[in-house]
Amino acid sequence: MVLFYIAAFVAVVSTFMVITRLNAVHALVYLVVSLLSVAVTFYLLGAPFAAALEVIIYAGAIMVLFIFVVMMLHLGDKSVAQEQAWFNLSMWIGPGILSLILFVEIFYLILSNPNESRGQVVVDARQVGITLYGPYIIAVELAAVLLMAGIVGAYYLGKEKTTVLHRFLKKQEDG
Amino acid sequence: MVEVPLTHGLVLAVILFLLGLVGLLTRRNIFFMMMSVEIMLNAAGLAFIVGSSRWAEADGQLMFIFILSMAAAEVAVGLALILRFYKEYDTLDADAASKMKG
Repeated sequence: MVLFYIAAFVAVVSTFMVITRLNAVHALVYLVVSLLSVAVTFYLLGAPFAAALEVIIYAGAIMVLFIFVVMMLHLGDKSVAQEQAWFNLSMWIGPGILSLILFVEIFYLILSNPNESRGQVVVDARQVGITLYGPYIIAVELAAVLLMAGIVGAYYLGKEKTTVLHRFLKKQEDG
Repeated sequence: MVEVPLTHGLVLAVILFLLGLVGLLTRRNIFFMMMSVEIMLNAAGLAFIVGSSRWAEADGQLMFIFILSMAAAEVAVGLALILRFYKEYDTLDADAASKMKG
């Protein structure tokens, strides 16, 4: 139970750091630490499948999307000096210490006897899967439609706008 | 080891949600606003997981999975909008888009 409070403390501190950072990449590093600590609390709350999803999808895929966008927004020559400034050691100390706390916690959880009851009913992936594809099948299909809409929307918005001339109009201008 | 009380988990979720809300309201950089929305969605997911653990049911985790897929779609569209915004206004300041075209 102490482990839960340690993870909760790390989550609150790192989330606070996210909203007070001035630099987007610094904030992203703290956001990853925050998501990892929330994943640890999921594990402690008896939801190992949700914890794995949190690490893989949130801290992995979604954060990579954010970092790609930061890279695409970079501002030419100014970004080189910025890169130099970002690579100093003092920036890594904060997230490093918080991640180290989480690592020690997970290490302790793995080394402690797994058969020992943690006083927490574990809802495993099997149970989640049976419920997901049983009573919630309509919601799964709706989520699929939503993701499709997301893909189409992102493609349309991300496309470079070119000046579109009607083909007859263009022919007229050429002639 | 004793079970984590329901209230403590919910308090953690509320703290994270409020931090995200404060971030959303105070920052004017559209990129940071996006990150704050992510924090708030994550806090909502945490509340569902806490409920799922309290009643030992899988439903809360399912809601978390749906929140996750919704967040993924939202991030894809939102980041595409940020890219368009930056190309249009050459800044990430949300106040730059306070005027409509019409």
